[in-house]
Formats: sequence, structure tokens, C-alpha cells
Amino acid sequence: MASPWLGFFTRKLLYAFAVLLGINLATFALFFQVSSPDDMARLQLGGKRVTPDAIAKWKAERGYDRPLYYNDNGDGLARFTDTLFVDSSLRMFVFDFGRADSGRDIASEIKRRAWPSLALALPSFIVGLGLSICFALGLAFFRATYVDFWGSVVCVVLMSVSSLFFIVAGQFLFSRLMQLLPVSGFSPTSDAWRFLLLPILIAIIGRLGAETRFHRSIFLEEIGKDYVRTARAKGLSEASVLFVHVLRNALIPILGASVTIIPLLFMGSLITESFFSIPGLGSYLIEAIASQDFAIVRAMVFVGSVLYIIGLVLTDISYSLADPRIRLQ
Amino acid sequence: MKLALLPTDWLIWAVVLVTLVWSIRMRAHPMLMENWRKVFLKPSAMVSGLVLASFVCIALLDSMRWVDPSRPGDNALSALDRALAPLVQARERRYSAPLAYVSFRKESMERDGQTVRDYPRLQFGGAQLQNPQTEWFGDVLERSAKALVKGLAAVLVLGLLLRWLFRQSPYPWPWAFAAGSLLLLLACWAVELSAAYHVLGTDRTGNSVLWIALKSIRTALVIGVLTTLVVLPLALGLGVIAGYFRGWIDEVIQYLYTLLSSIPDVLLIAAAVLLLQVTIDNHPELFATALERSDARLLFLCLILGLTAFTGLCRLVRGEAMKLRELEYIQAARAFGVSSFGIISKHIVPNLMHIVLISMVMQFSGFVLAEAVLSYVGVGVDPKTQSFGVMINAARAELAATPVVWWTLTTAFIFMLMLVLSANLFSDAVRDAFDPRARQKA
Repeated sequence: MASPWLGFFTRKLLYAFAVLLGINLATFALFFQVSSPDDMARLQLGGKRVTPDAIAKWKAERGYDRPLYYNDNGDGLARFTDTLFVDSSLRMFVFDFGRADSGRDIASEIKRRAWPSLALALPSFIVGLGLSICFALGLAFFRATYVDFWGSVVCVVLMSVSSLFFIVAGQFLFSRLMQLLPVSGFSPTSDAWRFLLLPILIAIIGRLGAETRFHRSIFLEEIGKDYVRTARAKGLSEASVLFVHVLRNALIPILGASVTIIPLLFMGSLITESFFSIPGLGSYLIEAIASQDFAIVRAMVFVGSVLYIIGLVLTDISYSLADPRIRLQ
Repeated sequence: MKLALLPTDWLIWAVVLVTLVWSIRMRAHPMLMENWRKVFLKPSAMVSGLVLASFVCIALLDSMRWVDPSRPGDNALSALDRALAPLVQARERRYSAPLAYVSFRKESMERDGQTVRDYPRLQFGGAQLQNPQTEWFGDVLERSAKALVKGLAAVLVLGLLLRWLFRQSPYPWPWAFAAGSLLLLLACWAVELSAAYHVLGTDRTGNSVLWIALKSIRTALVIGVLTTLVVLPLALGLGVIAGYFRGWIDEVIQYLYTLLSSIPDVLLIAAAVLLLQVTIDNHPELFATALERSDARLLFLCLILGLTAFTGLCRLVRGEAMKLRELEYIQAARAFGVSSFGIISKHIVPNLMHIVLISMVMQFSGFVLAEAVLSYVGVGVDPKTQSFGVMINAARAELAATPVVWWTLTTAFIFMLMLVLSANLFSDAVRDAFDPRARQKA
């Protein structure tokens, strides 16, 4: 039993390494194309009246004065290793992200900001998934009736509203008109729920329509299968067919699709976080893009892709656990 | 009159042309015709198709640009701009509510030698009223009544025309008629009242919100259509090649799309848009006007959005091509010595098209919604381009003020909901008709 797992993990690990290397190269190329180290230094030191000496010093402090991909001055392997790309990429793999342009340590910043992100993303994911499964089951139970029809209509309408409107309307309704909750902000104490309630609610509503429809289609597909007919034939009630047999079988694809997303929950939500000024990882990335802080962006992309790849591997494993016919390959 | 089309205009017209040619050639394929017949037999598809068609007409009017050499200093304005010229020229100085005759906020002004704070009269809205407090309501009512009469006349003509043209037609024309009448009545009302008022109010700089919303339709449709156009060849080409040839080609393509899908979309788009901005700033000679600059940015946004969005469809196409290549008829074709290219183009691609079509119409509304979000993050369209994202972004800042400027946001909401909802309903109908699995159930 041990050997297929070992081989599976070795292959996945090698593949993950190759993908991460490619991602590093891509982000590196993209961002150094956008702004050269000189531009970055000028932006950080402020203004146009920066002396060349100050720029050189700023670059030397961060090691940005080395060539990007290929070093003419080195010899042998050092031509490739003594470059900005190799130096900053290899360190990423041991999660040493260096410092942001503002001087803060990126790794500790990411660790600190992951919790607010998770506090927002995890409840909205779990409650959203639960709610949409319940609604989808309800629609499937009343399929081909008015309940199903109007439920589907509501889902399509919910899908068609931009998430920005939900955020703006929610802030306006609950915070400005009713004054129930704060408009935005965050506090790390036990008071955090007051700040999180509205963003969580909005995140759930924003995804509810699409998810309910998706889950409903999975349930309907399951209902058409042979075992359901058998279950009905042996005299089970429609409710017990749906809520026991169909639900259990339909949960396999539903949870399988969710496993991919779970690791990415750490990354938080870009839009919700920056609208509600929650100091999570999503708003971190947006701030970094706005200030063109290359080090943060690369670190965030790296973490994001590691989590994404973990999600892919977890999906493979969970499918093979749920369905013995699928082999690990 | 000299045509002055922008790159996106050319592409839009090319898409229209290709669609026309394609729909004419489709008449030779009874299976496809049967599927499209099934689509339009649904009332929801009929109604949403009508709404989409009217949006497309507005966008096409806005993509028809020319310069009039007889008039000196004439800009490259679109047909829509020229039709709405009175509305564009009727600018106020700042915010005004829908149908208002005074400005939205108080200002200091001279009256009888004294400085007072009051709501100033608008330059255009209700300027014909001598005594607005008493006359305004009656005036609006009278104009609305006139609009209703004209609208009902138009509806009557439309109804008789439909009745005469489609007596034997199996399609649900009554639904299309109902939706069309509603649109006609609304259009009549807007036209009639636009003669004297700003129907949907004005924005921060006094531009008519109705005009901005109508211009935004083109941006939304360009993003939806052109991004789909980027996705299609990438996903179809790479997916079929990977699924058919397998081996190392498959590995390389899989690596490529895993790579692309694991980079956060916003980051890729932000980097690309910043890159373009730097290029534009460094080479101002490439673009003659601000319009061309923002158009280049719009086109580039479609390109990069397509690059981030093709992976899902690519994966689907690859899986389906893998399944198809093992089927007996393909094996037979191979045994007969048909070339790989022949097998792919004659036997595999036609059998994949339903997946491509379904996922393309489903993705369309996603792109329209994505534009709004990206514009909010600051990496969407040029801030000077009229788009729903820019509208929402501008309106958001005003919600904190009292009294609230509600009409820009509401207008963006209604227009966007109409567009995206009809796109979603239409794509549902297309999926139901073209998806073989859905067909079995029915």
C-alpha cells in the first residue's frame, strides 16, 4: 500500500516545484518589466529629486543592484546563481520572503494577516456551502413545481447582481440607515464579530445564487440515476430517497469541488476585504499592487500558488478515498 | 464623411459579420437549426434575446464613428454621440437629481443685492419653466402623457406588424411583444422628457447619467464579446491538441494552464495593465488622441482577461477530446488514413462545439461583472472610459455624503442587471437546447 502513495507524492512534489518555479519566473518577469529597480527606488524614496547615489544605496541594501537573469561578471555556475532572480526565488521555497519596501518582514506580516482573512473566509465558506446545499435540496424536492421555478428565478437574479452592489447596498442599509454595524474596519479583540458580520453576510449572499443552482443541477443529475429508481421501487418515501440516498451520493462531487478551495481560504477575498478595510491578505495584495511593492506581490503569489497546488493534491486524494475506482496516478 | 473606427470598433464589426455569415451557413445544418429553434421556443430566451438585441444595437451605434470634414474641429464621434448630441450639450455644472429643475446642493449666490444660500436653477433641466414650484409637476405629467400616447401608437404598430408577419410562427411572439412594448414605452418616455429634463439626473461634473449609461453598454459588450473571442481560439486550440496528441504536448499544455490558473487573476491583470500604462506613458506618440489611448487599454484588458479565463474551458475541451479520440468512428477514420489535422477539424472539433458554445455564452456575463470589479481595484478600463465599473466606483464615494446621491448607482444597477440577467437567461436556454445530457432528461 505504501508504494503508490510514495510515488504519487514524489511526482506531485516535483510537479509542484516545476509549477512554482514557472510562477516565480512569470511574476518576476512581469514586474521587472513594469518597473525597473531604478523606478522602484525612485518611488520608494519619493519624488523626482532623488540623487543617483541614494538610488544606488537603496538598490544595494536590497540586493537589487545585481543583474536580473544573467551575470556577466561571474564565472561558471555563478553566472546564473549570482543574479537577482535566482537569489530571491530560491529563498522563497523555504518561505523566506525578505522585507517589503517599507522595511517590514513579509513572512511575519503574512502570518499576522492570515487570521483576519480566515476569520472572514471560513465562516462565509462553511455557512454558504451549508445554506446552498439546503436550498438546492429544497428546490430538488419541489422540482418541476412553482417553488422550483421561482427559486431558480431568484437564483439567476442573485447571480446577475454584481458583488459590488451587494457590498454597497449592505453598507448603506445596515451601517448608514440602521446604524446597526460599523461601516468598515476591524478589531482583533472579541469585538471582531461586529466588524465581520456584515462582510460575511454579503459574501454569502453574493455566492448563494450561483452555488445553489450548481448544487441543484448535481442533485437533479443524481436523481436520474438507477439506484434512485431502485430505492423508490422498494417503497421508500420521496423524502428519504432524497435526503438519505441522493444527498449522500451528491455530496461526493460537491465536497470534492470544495476541497480545492479550502486552502485558498487563507488568501482571503480581495474585494470584500478592501471594501471593509479588514487587514487581511486580500487587502495586503491590493495595497501592494497599488504601491507597486514587488517583494510583497511575489511573496503573495508564491503563497497563493502553494495553497492552490495543495488544494489540487487534496482533491486527487479525496476523490480516490471517496471512490475506490479512481486510482492515484 | 470619413470613417474613423477604433481597433475595438473594427473587431466588433468583424464579429457581427462573422456571426451573420455563420448564421446564414447554419441553414444547411438541420441539427443546429433544430437546436436554435428550441432555444427561441422558450419565452425566457425570446425576452432576454430581445433585450440583448436592443443592447447590441446601442453598442453598434456607438461603434460607428466618423469625422465630418465639412465641419472644422469635428471629433471622431459615434452615431450614438451624434444622436444624443442635445443631451451631451445640455450639461449642468454638478449633481442634479432625476427630472430636477434645481441643483442638488445649495450654493451661495447673489439675489437682490444679497448673498443667499439656495438651490440654483439648472441651466438645462426645467429651464423652460417660469414658475417651477407650481408648474413642474404639471409639465412632467403633460410630457409623460404625450410620451404615453406616442408610445402606445408605436406599440400598436408593432403589434399589428408582428401579428401580420408571424401569424403561423411557432415562437412565443406574445412574450417578445410584451417585452418589446415595455422597452418602447420606456424609450418614448425617456426621449420625450429628455427634451426638457435630465431623466436620470446628472453626475459629479454635470453629465447626463442616461448618456453615460448608454455609453457604458458598449464597454460592457466589448469586454464580454472580445474576451470571449480571446478565450475561444486559445481554449479550443490548446485543449484539442492536448487531448488528441497526449504525450509530452499534453504535459506542456497542462503545465501551462496550471501555471496560469495558480497565479491570482487580479495580479496578472494588474501587472499587465500597469505594463501597458508604462508603455503608453513612454510612447505618447503611438496614440493620437485620448480616445485611442483608452481604446488600447480596453482592448488590452480583454486580451489579458481572456488569458486568465481560458483555462477552465481548455480543461473541459481537453477532457472531451480525450474521450472522443477513443471512440470507434475516430479509430475508423485513423484506420482509413485520415490525417491528424483532418480528424481534428472534421471529426473532433464539430463534436466539441456544443461545449464551447455553452461555456462561451455562460462566461459572457462573468466578464461583464468582472469589469466592474477590476475598475474598482483600479486595473480595469481607463477612468475616462464610460463603463459600469467606473460609474459604480464614482457613486460609491458619494454614498457617505448626506443627502445621498442615489441615482448614478441605481442607474448602473438597473442597466447592468438588465444586461447580465438577460445574458444569463439566454445562456440557460442555449445550454438546455445544446447540452445532450439536458436533452436526454427532457
